[in-house]
Amino acid sequence: MLQKIYDWVDERVDITPLWRDIADHEVPEHVNPAHHFSAFVYCFGGLTFFTIVIQILSGMFLTMYYVPDIINAHASVYYLQNEIAHGQIVRGMHHWGASVAIVMLFLHTLRVFFTGSYKKPRELNWVVGVLLFFVVLALGLTGYLLPWDMKALFATKVTLQIAESVPVIGGIAKTLLAGGEIVGASTLARFFAIHVFFLPAALFGLLGAHFLMIRKQGVSGPL
Amino acid sequence: MAQNGSKVTRRQFLTYTLTGVGGFMAATLISPMVNFAIDPVLKKSGAGDKVKVMSLDDITTEPQRVDFKKQTQDAWYEFEETLSAWVYKTDSGEIVALSPICTHLGCQVAYAGDPTRPTEFFCPCHLGRYEKDGTNIPGTPPTAPLARYEKEEKDGFLYLGSPVAQ
Repeated sequence: MLQKIYDWVDERVDITPLWRDIADHEVPEHVNPAHHFSAFVYCFGGLTFFTIVIQILSGMFLTMYYVPDIINAHASVYYLQNEIAHGQIVRGMHHWGASVAIVMLFLHTLRVFFTGSYKKPRELNWVVGVLLFFVVLALGLTGYLLPWDMKALFATKVTLQIAESVPVIGGIAKTLLAGGEIVGASTLARFFAIHVFFLPAALFGLLGAHFLMIRKQGVSGPL
Repeated sequence: MAQNGSKVTRRQFLTYTLTGVGGFMAATLISPMVNFAIDPVLKKSGAGDKVKVMSLDDITTEPQRVDFKKQTQDAWYEFEETLSAWVYKTDSGEIVALSPICTHLGCQVAYAGDPTRPTEFFCPCHLGRYEKDGTNIPGTPPTAPLARYEKEEKDGFLYLGSPVAQ
């Protein structure tokens, strides 16, 4: 049945070369854990992506109940976690997944660093990777405020003080991030917008570039 | 398998097992999220509590409008909803509590709202009319009778729940 549907589409649109191009490629022996178990370190990039997919999915579902408003934000988080079926699991995936994503990303960065994979011709991909690291850290930072509990509030106050300590532009940076003079209504709305629209857009663009380059250049050679 | 000539090749076996395991893993990830999203459909709609409205002694055969407040819970948002009912007693002593919301386009109807028809409910928006028992009068805009509140008589008081479409 599935095969028939696939064949019907393929006959008309010729989709086989499309996915072949993406999925069908050699995995060199030195990065295959089935050959050398120590090659599991090459899995961290894929694991980071997998975690990010989970973050995107669980985040999409969380926004069905969450509202970025100082009166209702905490109540809506409490409600979705305690009153909705599997709310604890879905919120738990997003909460713990955020830490897992950053840990995986860091391990991936270490692997690339210690195998020297950032060297010519892959310097550009390293740069994109570092930008990705910043985007993911920013996602973690903006997401931290959204539950609007005491920890979120005071962590963000500290964040803004750090921003403020930057010479010359510190004051402007703080006001711009907070959307005003205090951590309040406009801060929450703005962090929400940054967390669910601006940063994911940047993330998708950079991930696209990251994957395009690794397919183009291939995995770096053995040590 | 091998006897009747249809062999499962190594490639097929791998395809099946890998898709199976992958599908299972994807399902464990997706199913809590889907369940989370469709929860409002699965939840039993809570038959709201009934609210004390008025003393049974005050109810006459003449419909009178009573306003009452009901504590309402909308997800995480709790508020006091103001509701109205037209309450009267039939000749046989049965208590009727009608919703004032016109079944045409939702305006508020009033008993004897049209002074020339003192025993009918009247909607001023499009001249909709209903009998005293809430039945819509054919030839006027409403296509259904007025909703009736779920009611309970207890300790000499009338308690009303939610309006039920007739």
